[in-house]
Formats: sequence, C-alpha cells, structure tokens
Amino acid sequence: MSEFFANSGLFFALLGAAVATFLAGIGSAIGVGKAGVAAAGVLAEDPSMFGKVLIFQLLPATQGIYGLLVAFLILTNVGLIGEVKEVTWLQGLLYFAASLPIAFAGYFSAVHQSKCAVAAIGTVAKKPDQMGKALILPAMVETYAILALLISILAVFGIAAM
Amino acid sequence: MQQDYTYAVARIRFRETRLLSDADLNSLLSARDIDAALRLLRDKGWGDGSGVKDPEALLSLEEQRLWDFIGEIVEDKSALDFLRVPNDFHNLKVTVKCIVRDEKPDGLFLNNSVTDPVELYDAVKKREYDHLPEYLCEPAREAMSTLLQTGDGQLCDMIIDKACMEYVYRLGKESGNELIELYCELFTAASDIKIAVRSAKTNKKHDFILRALAQCDTLDIKKLASAAAVSVDEVLSYLGSTGYSGAVDAIRTSMSAFEKWCDDHLTDEMKSQKWEPFGVGPIVAYINARENEMKAVRLILCAKVNGLSEETVKERLRSMYV
Repeated sequence: MSEFFANSGLFFALLGAAVATFLAGIGSAIGVGKAGVAAAGVLAEDPSMFGKVLIFQLLPATQGIYGLLVAFLILTNVGLIGEVKEVTWLQGLLYFAASLPIAFAGYFSAVHQSKCAVAAIGTVAKKPDQMGKALILPAMVETYAILALLISILAVFGIAAM
Repeated sequence: MQQDYTYAVARIRFRETRLLSDADLNSLLSARDIDAALRLLRDKGWGDGSGVKDPEALLSLEEQRLWDFIGEIVEDKSALDFLRVPNDFHNLKVTVKCIVRDEKPDGLFLNNSVTDPVELYDAVKKREYDHLPEYLCEPAREAMSTLLQTGDGQLCDMIIDKACMEYVYRLGKESGNELIELYCELFTAASDIKIAVRSAKTNKKHDFILRALAQCDTLDIKKLASAAAVSVDEVLSYLGSTGYSGAVDAIRTSMSAFEKWCDDHLTDEMKSQKWEPFGVGPIVAYINARENEMKAVRLILCAKVNGLSEETVKERLRSMYV
C-alpha cells in the first residue's frame, strides 16, 4: 500500500492533465460541431456570410485550448515534459483537483456557448448588420471558462510552489 | 433518436428574410394589372426564372419549391406528416369518386402528400386496402363501400374528413411538440366548427352532426352537435363560451372570414418561432407562413384577373408572419 502511495503522485497528476484536456476538448468538439452545422446552413443560402459565421463557429473552440494549456502546465510541473521531478501522492492529488475547474466549466461552457452561437448565427443570417451585438451574447459565456482557467492555473502554480 | 434541426433552422432563418411582408402585399395589391403583379413577384424571387405568366402555374411551382426545399433540409419528413396528410385524404376522396364514377383522376390529385396518389388509386381500384398505410386503410374501405351502397357523395366525404381530422389530432398528440399539438388541435377544432355551422345552415340531424365531428380538446363535440342541430345562433352562443369566442364575429360575417381568423390566430401563435434556434417549430412556422403567403398571393392575383376592388381583397388578406 505504501509503495502505491509513493508512486501514485505522477498517476494522479497525469489523470488531472487528461481530464482537463478530455472534458474541455469534448465540450469544444460538441460546440464547434453544433455551431458549424448552423453555419453551414447559412452558407448554403449565402456563401458571402462565411467570414461572419466562422467567428461564431470558433467561439466554443477556446475551452479545448484552455484545457490543453492547464494539462501542459501540469505535465511540465510534474516533469513529464522536460526535467524529471519527484511528485508525492498528495501533490498528484492536488494537481488532479486543480484540473477540475477547467475540465467541468470548460465542458459545460462550450456546450452552452454553442447553443448561444447557433442562435446568434440565426440572428446574423436575418440581420447581418447586427453582427457586433450578436457576437457579444455568446462571448459572455466565455467569461466562466476564463474564470475556471484562472483558478486552475493559479492552483497549478500554487502546488508547484509548495 | 431525436432529429437535429440546427441546419434546417439556420437555412430557414435566411429564407425568412425573403418572405412577403404586409407592405409587399400592399404593393402587390396596388399593382396596375396582373402582369405588373407577376413582375413584382418575380423581383421577390418567385418562379424559376422562366417567366411563368399563368398565376396558377406560378403558385403550383412555389408550392413545389417549398416542399422540395423542406425535403432538402429535413432528413426525415415524417415529423411534418400532419401538414401533408390532409392532401392524402383529399386524394382518397378523388380516388373513391373517380373509381365509382369510372372517371380518370387526371389533374385532380394534390402533390406533396405522404402516400403516392397513384399507388393510392391503384390499391383502392384493386380493393387491396391492406396495401395502404394504416391511416388510409379503414377510411378507404368504409368510404368506398358507403359510396357504392348509398351513392351518397356527402356521406363519403364526411367519412374521409372525419378520418382526416382524427388522424391529424392523433399526430399532434403523438408529436410531443407544443406547437404541432396546437396546430393539430386548431385544425381539428376549426374543421369541427365549419361542419357545425354548415350543418346548422342545412338543418342536418343531430346524429349525423355528431357522427361528422371529431374529438378535440378545446371543444365539447356533444354540446357543439346539440347546438348545431338547433341553429347557427346556438352554435355561436356555444362558441362564445369556449376559447373560440373571438371567432364568433368572423363566423357571423362569412366562412371565409372565419378561415382568415383561424389563419391569423395560428400565425400569431407561431410568431414566437421567429427567434427559436432549435427544434421543429421554426420549420412548421415557416411552412405555415409560406402557405399563408401563397393564399394571399392567390387572392390578389385572382382579384387582378377578375377586376375585384382593393377593399374586397384587403378584408380577406391574412396577416403575414414577418
């Protein structure tokens, strides 16, 4: 048992990195896919709208990048990328906990942002001059992904400084 | 698995910008003559660019274009069967009467039905009712034997109309969608009201009326049948106590005024779908809007051909979705 705890730090840290990438990535994939379907619908009617609808499609993509960033920081801090370091089981668990904000907030915010983006694509299809206002609405959902990213990054750096 | 309408709704959002507005209808109404009206419609994207000059041909083309577009954007059209099955029942009436009278049904079938009219005709002609879909099987058998035995075309129509109302009502209940349920309920209730008023005007017997009416949620058909057996005023008095009190004045004016009231009521209910990004609702609302648009254009073009006054047409024009 004691041997398990001695070697499990890396495992938990890696699990945290995986969860951050996995959940936030799935959320973004769903979101970009959903917004892409709506964007394709508008493009089928008016190909000149490509530039406008592409922005809306890309909005839910950021959560996946945030997850990747947190995973990268965890991997660097535990030495899986770069210089090898010793990671206790407690540190490993803490890294895992640090990944949870961006993992869950990333997933849910991407899915809901895509719904908002689909609605905004509909608005732009009807009223192209309302692009600016329509863009603000799904962008508001991004706030919560950024807050989660901030906490995850602060936590990862905090654990590294322990 | 539930169908995803995201792509379809996005395309419809764009198409909604091309729907005719009340202002467009006024311009059409003020057009000097039929040619000017047709030119205005062509400028709005109507027709196929071949310069169709016959109003009926133009309207048929638009109807076909609407359903071709729906077929293109909706993977499985069965969710929209409630809009198309009335055409099946119309085709069944044509089939039964043509077979009994030994006439050809050329040009009498309506397109955009769920069941192919030619298959329907062949099945009924060979009395192979089991080859028909379940919703047409029994009505076809009953209407055919009734018409052959009694020669009563009105009774035959009644059997088919009732089967249509019951099936549309059932589709509404099974859809699990509030808007479709509302559409189907209004379709059935409006048909019941029309039957009741017509029956009261032609002094039909209570049993006949009760047999013709179909069950719906917003009307008590027993009370409606009893009222219709007495007089039109009695029907209106009953309707005054239901959710259709707003229709009483329209019915007093004429049945076409009542039809306009029903269409306007439905359009108002559907306006919320203009900003709904998901689900089948915006597609139903768009189809309804296009159908209303075609009714309005048909009315205006007929008025242009027959030299009717603008005021007469305006009284009958439906309110537009946009």
